[in-house]
Order: sequence, then structure tokens, then C-alpha cells
Amino acid sequence: MSGPQRGGGGARDQVARLLVLVPYLHARGSVSLGEAAEALGTEPRQLLRDLKVLFMCGLPGGLPDDLIDVDIDALETEDGVVRDDGVIRVSNADYLARPLRLTPVEASAVLVALESLEAVSEADTREVIGRARDKIAAAVARGTGDAEPLPVHAAQEDGGAAQRVLLASRLRDAVAARRQVRLDYYVPARDELSHRVVDPHRVVEHAGTPYLDAWCHTAEAPRLFRLDRVSAAEVLDSEITTEPTEPRDLSAGVLDAGDATTVTLRLAPAARWVTEYYAVQEVRPVGEQPADGSAGDVEVDLLVADERWLTRLLLRLSPHATVVSPPGLDAVFTEAAGRALRLYEDTDVR
Amino acid sequence: MPLPKTERLMNLLIMLLVQRHYAPKSTIRAVLYPEATSDDAFDRMFDRDKEDLRALGVPIQVGHLDGYFEDEPGYRVRADDLALPDVDLAPDEAAVVGLATRVWEQQGLASATTEAVRKLSAAGADIDLTALEIAQPALTADEPSFDAFFDALVARQVVEFDYWRSGTAQPTTRRLQPWGVTRYSGRWYVVGHDLVRDAERVFRLSRVQGAVRAKGKPGAYEIPPGTDIAAVTRRLAPEARTERAVVLVRSGAAEPLRRLATSVEPDVAGPDDRTAWDRLLLDGAVGLEDEVLGLGDAVVVEEPESLRRRVVARLTAAVRTPEGER
Repeated sequence: MSGPQRGGGGARDQVARLLVLVPYLHARGSVSLGEAAEALGTEPRQLLRDLKVLFMCGLPGGLPDDLIDVDIDALETEDGVVRDDGVIRVSNADYLARPLRLTPVEASAVLVALESLEAVSEADTREVIGRARDKIAAAVARGTGDAEPLPVHAAQEDGGAAQRVLLASRLRDAVAARRQVRLDYYVPARDELSHRVVDPHRVVEHAGTPYLDAWCHTAEAPRLFRLDRVSAAEVLDSEITTEPTEPRDLSAGVLDAGDATTVTLRLAPAARWVTEYYAVQEVRPVGEQPADGSAGDVEVDLLVADERWLTRLLLRLSPHATVVSPPGLDAVFTEAAGRALRLYEDTDVR
Repeated sequence: MPLPKTERLMNLLIMLLVQRHYAPKSTIRAVLYPEATSDDAFDRMFDRDKEDLRALGVPIQVGHLDGYFEDEPGYRVRADDLALPDVDLAPDEAAVVGLATRVWEQQGLASATTEAVRKLSAAGADIDLTALEIAQPALTADEPSFDAFFDALVARQVVEFDYWRSGTAQPTTRRLQPWGVTRYSGRWYVVGHDLVRDAERVFRLSRVQGAVRAKGKPGAYEIPPGTDIAAVTRRLAPEARTERAVVLVRSGAAEPLRRLATSVEPDVAGPDDRTAWDRLLLDGAVGLEDEVLGLGDAVVVEEPESLRRRVVARLTAAVRTPEGER
């Protein structure tokens, strides 16, 4: 590991490298300085420095026979030039012949990584990954009765996420085969399930969310469809009738600034999550901020393409978000809240 | 001349490793710390060195030598506790293990995976890090507080942070001994012992406000042996709380709730006659309250009464807040 947790700095890193290097050489016999440096993720020059330290280590007593022997002459010329192709010979270090156990963080990091590989792999690869994972897990568990727990976990994504991976792969196939697709697509702004035929052009990802970039024959315009809002997709026999255009530049977000309005919202702390989920342009603390330094209200600027989408967002945040500008939008929201509330008044007989 | 630190750490490890019995502290001092001029100076150096070795995963045992030196502790490292047991990866298995090094997109965990793979490689496995190409998932940790929690977890250091729970107006300051981090439904959580509440707690990282402050020294606590981080999260994560609900939705609307429904009863009597209504049974839905609110007058909650009350209370507050305070 690197990073701030390596509080011991240089010496601790060097010891870590040596404790991998010695067993690495022991398992392989004859390895050049350059080869070993690459396998250990370091430079030949650094590895030679490490070996010169190793040369000074050994059993207590300090007699020549007690020390680890390293053939330094094979690794640098008399002028001190590092010989990358020099073969490393280390002897008298049998007690360091095996690598250290994996630390709990290392063990869980590699196991979680293998689990996620397994989840997205084809059956035959999955079987190989499963075997490797089981062997490592067994080695981690062996002989550690009171071991520390593994501190990193990742639950495999829900069924919906796996379905989206499959949907994305079917849509990519349709793109490659130049076939049209019939989509059942949910439009949150209108709370409506729409049905349309599209020419799929490419599957793109923005901020971790996959989209289908396509020509929509209903709208007669290019459109981006969020895959998690696709209820059904049927690949048709008909060929696409529009050619893919240049990939869109999504770096500024998926909204086209041309048809969007900037709306300023005031968010109470309970509605703060908006700033994590949507591309807000600016966040400014407003009103009285708590003296203890905890979060207070903020104003945020948000690009909004559809007023109805904004109303749904505000309803979802009730009563922790309000519209500061443009004027009039707040009344649209409170009227919508009022309409929803009246449904409950009418059924209060229950 | 004092020994360079790497040399001293290596020699300490070797000395403790080759002993069949505990090495007395006095012997360790005489052999490896000749430059220590006082007991205090020696203790400080020795403690730091032990901590460094332990951080690398070296299990140092402390014991007492039989009979003679009642007060003097001895130290040893058992070879079987130190060494990685045989893993014996077949060539195809070794190849996929190499791929694991590319999954994490978080610095600390990416390095930890690489270090693990190096150890497996040092144990004899031929791991080709440029091997076959298969679909690559990416495990990310975008939450800004992730690194701070992860570092504190590795260092066993108490952290303090401001946290707000959904539906509460003010964040509260929490003090935590982090035990682990866990990803659930695409979000990261930290699990640990909450020192204020004196209980196990789970915190969603995206709800941490501002900076995470490390408090006190590293090595301040131990994670209780046998703790199952995943199980604690499942038990305590607020997202895991689901409820069974019955709602009425307008015909043709509220698709997100329809997708969650376990049964649909079409064309039932609703609160108005503007459209027809369907009754949905939702079993084990998560985050229903916000979802219902977002759908406005396309949905009305029948059961449970608690959900109905919460929705009515939030809508009432939204409608009643005077314009001037909005």
C-alpha cells in the first residue's frame, strides 16, 4: 500500500519491498535486476539500493556467516552504473523465503475486486475467477483463528443493475447491426410511459449513468435515453434510416444549455443531496448559518430543461426546497403540492 | 553508529523470527539499539519499530519468559503466522488475479490490491499483469470523505465528522472508530463503533458534511474479532429498511411505482373522478416516501398509516410555508 497510511515512510516501504523481493527471488531462482524491479513496481536503481541494505541484515551476532549475502558486484559496474541485466543472487536468507500474509485490507481489496470481475464475466471465465477467489480466501482464512475482520466489502449490484448491463450489451449489438429499436421509455417530467422507434447510434456514459444516443423517429430529433428508464427494448428487423453523427460532447452535462433555464433553489440541509445528484452550477451558503459550523441552508443554480421535471423534484424534496428565481415557479410547485394534499382530504373518511 | 532504520527493522524481524522462544527485551536492546542512551529513548524507538512491523502485517507476540524474568516481556514472531499459506494458483487462475489490479479506481484500495498480487506473485504464481482482456468493472469511490475514512480505518484512528440523516434539519457531530467500509446499491458506507451513541452504527458517506477530522493517535482501538462488516451493514443501513405499502395510482401514470408493484388491481374507486385509478401492492419497496411525493397528485397512499401521515405532513408544510420565508 501507499498513501498516508504508510506513516513509517521510506523505511517501512523499503522493508515491505524487501519482504516481497526475497521470496520472489526464492521462488524463481534466476531473475535480472530489471525484471525484478518491474515485477515489484520500482526502478532498478531503487532495487539496488534496497539490496545494499539487505546485504547488511541478518541474524543477531553480526558475524559474516550470519549476514544475508547479496552479489552486489553483478548488479553494478565499478563506476557505479546500474546493470539492469545483472542476475540477482541472494543467499543465507531462507527464513524470509515466504511472502507475508495478506493484511486484512489487502485481502478484502483483492477478493472484492475478483467478485466484481466474476459478476460481469461469461460463464467459463466466471468459473476460473471463482476458483482463484476461493483459493485466496482459503489462504486468508487458514490458521487465523482470532484474525481481524476483512474491512472492505461490496455487495454485488441489485438485479436492476445487472439487467442494465444486459440491456446495454443488446443495444450495442443493435448499433453494430444497424437495426432499429422499439423503446418503452419512461418520461419522468410527464410521468408517462412513451413508445417510440429509434435508430440507435451509440451507448454512452455520463457521470456513471449509461445512455442510448439515438435518433428518435417520434420526436424527429436526436435524443439521449437513460437506460434505467427503459422499460422494454425490442430490436426490430428494420434497418436504421439515419447515420450516426459525431459523438456528443457530454463534458458539460447531458442537457443542452440552449433549451435550459437557470433556476435558483434554496435548499435546507435535508435537501442537500441535490447537489450530489444533479449538475448544480454553484452552491452558496445563505441565511443564518449554525454557529457550530454544521451545515445551514444553501442556494444553488441548476440548469432546468423542463419545468415539470423541476416541480417533481421540488415535490420529492418537500418541504425542504423552494424556488428563489425565476419568479412564479414556486407557485407552480405549491399548487401541485396542494393538489396532491387534497387527495388525502377527500379520502379522510378512511 | 546508529543503524539505518530499514536495517534495524529487518534485523528486528529476523531476530524475532528465528527464535524458538521469546526474545527478552534487554537482549533486543543490547543487540539492536546500542545507541539508545536512556530507557525512555529505547522504549520510544522500540515501540515505533514494533508499530511499523505490525502495520506491514508482521504478527508480533508478546509473552513472558518462564520463571526468571517476571517483569521482563519477551517478543517473538511465529513463522507460520507470518507467512502466506500456499495458494497454488493454476496459470489461468493467476491470469485473472492479475486483472483484479485494474478494478479499483480508488488509490488506497488499488494499491492494496497490487500489494496483495505482488505477494501472491512472490509466493510463486506467474501473474501476467498485461494478460487477457475481459469485461472490466470499475469500483469507484467518488465520495470525497472516502479517503479520510479509509486512512483512519487502516491506521485505527478515531474520526469526527458532521452527518445528517434524511428528514432531519440539522447535521450532528459524530465520533467513530471505523471498522470497515462497504458498498451497497452503488453507495459507500462506513461501519464502526459510534463513541457518542456507544453502539455499532453505519453512515452513508454521501451524507457526511464537510471534512472528516482524525482525532487522537493511530492504533487507538481494535476491531472486535469476528465482526462481519457486511452483516452489520445489512442490519443497520437505513436503505435496507423496506416497507409494505398499498397505494392508489392514476391509470396510465406512476410508472416507477408500477415497476415495483407485486400486484395491480385495476379500475378501483379513487379519491376523484378525473381519471380511473389502480390499486398497487408494494412489497419491500425502498425510499417510498420521496418517490410518492415526487409523483404529486398521481398517487395517494392507503397504507401504512405512518407513510400516509409522513406524506401529508410534508405536503402540508410545503403548502403552508409563507412566501416570505420560502
